[in-house]
Amino acid sequence: MSDAHKREAEKITLAHGSGGRMMQRLIREVFLEYFDSTELANLDDAAELIIDKSRLAFSTDTFVVKPIFFPGGDIGSLAVSGTVNDVLMKGGCPLYLSLAFVIEEGFPMQDLTRILESIRATAKRAEIDVVTGDTKVVGRGEADGIFINTTGVGVILPGVDVGGRNAKVGDAIIVSGDIGAHGIAVMAERNGLKLEGDIRSDAAPLNRAVLPLLERFGEAVHVMRDPTRGGVATALNEIAVSSAVGIVLEEAVIPVSEPVTAVCDILGLDPLCLPCEGRFLVFVDPAVADDVLSFLSDLEECSNASKIGEVKGSSSGEVQLNTVTGGKRLLDMPAGEMLPRIC
Amino acid sequence: MEVCGTHTMAIHNAGLPGLLPPGLKLISGPGCPVCVTPSSYLDTAIALSREHSVVLATFGDMMRVPGTSGTLTDLRNEGYAVEVVYSSLGAAELALRQPEKEIVFLAVGFETTAPTIAATVKCAREKKVTNFSILAAQKLLIPALKALIDDPELRIDGFILPGHVSVVLGSEPYRFIAEEHHRACVITGFESADIMQGILMLVEQIEKRDHRVEIQYDRAVQPNGNPKARAYIDEVFAPEDTVWRGFGIIPQSGLVLRDEFAVFDALRRFPVTIQESPEPEGCRCGEVLRGLVEPSECSLFGSECVPESPVGPCMVSTEGSCAAFYKSSRKSVELKS
Repeated sequence: MSDAHKREAEKITLAHGSGGRMMQRLIREVFLEYFDSTELANLDDAAELIIDKSRLAFSTDTFVVKPIFFPGGDIGSLAVSGTVNDVLMKGGCPLYLSLAFVIEEGFPMQDLTRILESIRATAKRAEIDVVTGDTKVVGRGEADGIFINTTGVGVILPGVDVGGRNAKVGDAIIVSGDIGAHGIAVMAERNGLKLEGDIRSDAAPLNRAVLPLLERFGEAVHVMRDPTRGGVATALNEIAVSSAVGIVLEEAVIPVSEPVTAVCDILGLDPLCLPCEGRFLVFVDPAVADDVLSFLSDLEECSNASKIGEVKGSSSGEVQLNTVTGGKRLLDMPAGEMLPRIC
Repeated sequence: MEVCGTHTMAIHNAGLPGLLPPGLKLISGPGCPVCVTPSSYLDTAIALSREHSVVLATFGDMMRVPGTSGTLTDLRNEGYAVEVVYSSLGAAELALRQPEKEIVFLAVGFETTAPTIAATVKCAREKKVTNFSILAAQKLLIPALKALIDDPELRIDGFILPGHVSVVLGSEPYRFIAEEHHRACVITGFESADIMQGILMLVEQIEKRDHRVEIQYDRAVQPNGNPKARAYIDEVFAPEDTVWRGFGIIPQSGLVLRDEFAVFDALRRFPVTIQESPEPEGCRCGEVLRGLVEPSECSLFGSECVPESPVGPCMVSTEGSCAAFYKSSRKSVELKS
């Protein structure tokens, strides 16, 4: 069977949407075939638009999280912070947000107002205005409760040029806080897992950290990425390939909370592959690495920030992890869905 | 040889192979439950779903295991009900929540999962849950180790024995390996330091020719194991001959429900017939599981057989020998091509 015929017979699976290698393939081998925008081909979290000499960051995201309410957040707070953070990762100061709903017939009004209240509070915290919207209601069974799409636009700060292709050899890689809590909080709620230890989603808009960081360090910031689906492993693999560099991480200094580590051990999950919704990775010139780290550490939401690795000279696109034990291994992105293990 | 798949994964995640001195090599054994589950089992599960419209409840890593008629993921994509659960109790709770549906739990695993599955079956009987059953394919480790060690091709000096299985079994059942076959044995925990200490203890036994079963993982494992857990297994299940992928039939190495629990046996409740399923062509999982070849020696490895579309079982589970090997020591990044 030819490749084209094989593709015709293929079906979309959940793995195509889980942020790993399957999704990379879907985007690169299917979607990009149909559109030749160079901006799109960058595959950054947001596009950079130049309109009348203004540089805008423009991003869209759709939220289908199950369950819609989880410890530390809900689909509404996620819909705002997810898009706000994508605009921020392109160096944009988020200004305006669109808000579109697909709601299943029978959805409780009480839940809708709870979500709207959460959207209002998160938008206020993110200092962004909801300026346009849309609502569609579909029949029972044609959607699962509620889906939300948001699109955000912001002005890119002067002198800032960040993107997945801009990683430079020698760059220090800093993560803004402990990783994996969002993934575990949602997974636990979804499956009714009774976990000890209070694991709450990290979902939050990052404007209070990112904007002052960019204002202060500007050109020394080369790449920013929020490690959402597929986690830190996927984000760093994408950047390594886009920038044609190698990345080396030090496992010992990657911040993971004790409860998250414990749950990952039990379920056979890798915290480096779990999604975060209120954390970001930043690649900076090594000359300012310590200043950036101390600047972030002083902020309440980034108190666990850590310098976790650096960019190496090879053009391999590989991410290497130096383990706590002194060993080395290649850190790959997850192949498909994250699946809990048997024992 | 590390017998247990969780050890394989921990060893690769910690990057231990690169730290070992020359002359010391770790080989992955048969202890990944998904890896040794034959494709006929998947075909049976898929047939149950297609022919009897049952809801399949399964541990996550079974989702991508290929049977001859596809995977459980394919089945779910076709619109059949397949639910991922975290424990057998989770499957029973699904049955309570959906009394109008028949829930079939795919009961795989070793002595680690068998006691909780037995407890779930007992609990379902006490609570008179009538829409819950299991498709039993649990396996027993000791008969597999016996089959392994009887293989004249096998050249293994010592065994890193599984920590969690031994919590249930204790150290006694392994004595034949040391006393009759003169191989070193250490029951080992799963932290990097545990594994390194376990390796050191094995090397010391081998150097002194003092073969015995030592417990490195003594914070969890008692010599006597957990008699209560074993009693649960014995009450609910009986051993029988069963097929291991890569090994063929191993006598008395599987568990089936005893007659008094027959009402929870999915096969007795929903009879299906499936076709014989040969091993996939070119796949060397059988030899990998025996420790005879490295994953990279298989011609399918890394080309036709990769984690996102596995051919053989060792690539399917994140614990599988091939998946662990692929993830941690692969040199080329596909994305660039």
